[in-house]
Amino acid sequence: MFQEFLNQFGTNTVGGLTAGAIYALVALGYTMVYGVLRLINFAHSEIFMIGTFAALFVVLQFGITAPTGLAMVGVLVMLILVAMAASGGAAVLLELAAYRPLRKRGASRLAALISAIGASFFLQELFKLVIIQPVFDKPGGNQIGSPRFLGRETLFSIGDTKVQLYHVIIVVSAIIMMIVLDQTVTRTKIGRGIRATAQDPETAVLMGVNIDVIVRMTFLLGGAMAGVAAVLYLGAYENTKFDIGFLLGVKAFTAAVLGGIGNLRGALLGGFALGLLENWGAAFFGSTWRDVIAFTVLVIILMFRPTGILGESLQRARA
Amino acid sequence: MRPKLVRLGGIAAAGMAISLGLAACGGGSGGGKGGEGATELTIGVMGDLTGPDRALVIPPANGAELAVEEYNKKNPKVKVKLKRYDTQGKAEQAVNQVNQAIKKDKIAALIGPAFSSESRAVNPILQTNKIPSVTPSATATDLGKSGWKYWHRVVANDDAQGPQLAEFVLRTAQPKKAFMLSDQGEYGVGLAKSVGDTMKAKGVQIAEDKVDAQASDVSSTVAKIKSFQPDFIFAGGYYSFTGKMLKQIRDAGITALYASGDGSVDPALVDAAGKEQADNVVLSCACKIPFKSTATELKTFADAYKAKWNTDPLIYGTEGYDAANAILKAIEAGATTSEQINEKLKATDFAGVSKQIKFQENGEIATSLIYVYKVTKGEISLLGEADKAALQ
Repeated sequence: MFQEFLNQFGTNTVGGLTAGAIYALVALGYTMVYGVLRLINFAHSEIFMIGTFAALFVVLQFGITAPTGLAMVGVLVMLILVAMAASGGAAVLLELAAYRPLRKRGASRLAALISAIGASFFLQELFKLVIIQPVFDKPGGNQIGSPRFLGRETLFSIGDTKVQLYHVIIVVSAIIMMIVLDQTVTRTKIGRGIRATAQDPETAVLMGVNIDVIVRMTFLLGGAMAGVAAVLYLGAYENTKFDIGFLLGVKAFTAAVLGGIGNLRGALLGGFALGLLENWGAAFFGSTWRDVIAFTVLVIILMFRPTGILGESLQRARA
Repeated sequence: MRPKLVRLGGIAAAGMAISLGLAACGGGSGGGKGGEGATELTIGVMGDLTGPDRALVIPPANGAELAVEEYNKKNPKVKVKLKRYDTQGKAEQAVNQVNQAIKKDKIAALIGPAFSSESRAVNPILQTNKIPSVTPSATATDLGKSGWKYWHRVVANDDAQGPQLAEFVLRTAQPKKAFMLSDQGEYGVGLAKSVGDTMKAKGVQIAEDKVDAQASDVSSTVAKIKSFQPDFIFAGGYYSFTGKMLKQIRDAGITALYASGDGSVDPALVDAAGKEQADNVVLSCACKIPFKSTATELKTFADAYKAKWNTDPLIYGTEGYDAANAILKAIEAGATTSEQINEKLKATDFAGVSKQIKFQENGEIATSLIYVYKVTKGEISLLGEADKAALQ
């Protein structure tokens, strides 16, 4: 068992980091909304799903197949912009339709949670029953494959571990987006508003922060990150489905909690940690145990650090 | 408003059926179940026609309808009407439908039900009413052991597939190390175990892994396969899972022969895996699908099917056609009651499109044939019977 683990260590680490980067980007959306509204946005997984379909639509419309070099970078940037717009836009609409009316009437957080679950089902069924069939000409419940747009060339090998182009693109893109978001929250006016609202919404209002704008921006930023994640996901696994967000959403939420919910850098750390744990655990005990291992470690970490590895700190620390 | 109307309609229909039934008993020729001297019989075809698994049921239903149409064109003494009964894949719905079929439509025989769970629920009712059934696609082994006297099927049961596929691969590819991969469902795990056990008994070194079919990242499993360096990989599960695995396995540079069972015999496998990756793949199925076969009987059937339905016959299409023909030949030979059809079915022996149609005492098909298919660069083609075919 141990020998096997060592043999596969390299490949599992590369795979774990790739999956972890995607978890991390989706986790950002959970973490930001939680930081600002103390609400778990269960429909965030569907925001991600919408991003995958937006990207797939563009790939199919333009007949993109296996671009190389600069063309690939161009395609990637275009897809990311489209998916960011689609997911970000959907997140803003979601906030407008499912959360704002409740918030305005001072409903409890529990009501918003139920509304989130409802919105999640609504969006899934909307894609399954109404949108997919006419747009993609495949039955709505089917898995839909995507042509390749991220290269599979081997860049370098460590031992017999091959690091392929798409691994690097995904991890690097995730880290870049992470830095951009981090800087947005630390350095811009909107970012200051977000941090102020997270710290103390009432005082923030008294200080002249427009809460509605801040909440909308939070959803927009979180949704846009899910859009980036969606493009990277589609590039890596090359298929999507109406319920693709569900399991990934659970994992991303876990990553957010693991890193410290409400903490942006924690989301990144949590994402990578969960991706690696899953793969290492699966190599050691078999894939059937994959989630058991990952979640056992989660429980142990939360026992010693109840607020996650880096703690809850959208408001406090520099992030 | 609507439910009320439907209910009223139902009552009216039931009323009509009763009066028709009375007329039939009085020596008329209206009712489907007929009796001596009937000029038209109704037979049913039952299965999931609108539910999630309709892709498995629509081809056999269409095949059956084609058979009935061809039969009626011959201007036989007794014409046949085919009626479709939709179960949406649910056993309780199947029971409702079969009751309606017997009481209202007075079916003389039934093609189906399509699935094993439906068959378990429906067949006891058919036995009580002495109505023969021929299923094109229910493959659970226990159905043949239920002692039903009016039940038949035109496909091999589940016990046949795993061992026959394993034997085929052993004979044609002589693997030394085989990797058994499966989703975590009953069907996939069971089939992988059956293939693995057969190979192990012949001295092949086996490793295995079970993967959550929903999981998107399977890199740890791919790493495991890679380090085992198998020359054969079997994947148990449905096409969305086996296709996804195939894609990632090929992308990791593993070129070993890859095989899967009847849950993957679908062009959607190629969609999920990609054309380039769907290569050097073998699929097995108790069903016989023509794809682009040039064999005369398959081509004739496929052309007629395409002309009528404007699509190629997929899974269980030929079996639906053969199941209908088994019943139609009984009627052609002069059977006009359910009981007579059942008697004639016992003696049935003709060359169907899928295979020789001849039943055992318990209703099982006489020869348990498994067919193998090959996928090359995204094209699926029929190789032939598992015990004879060669792997080109």
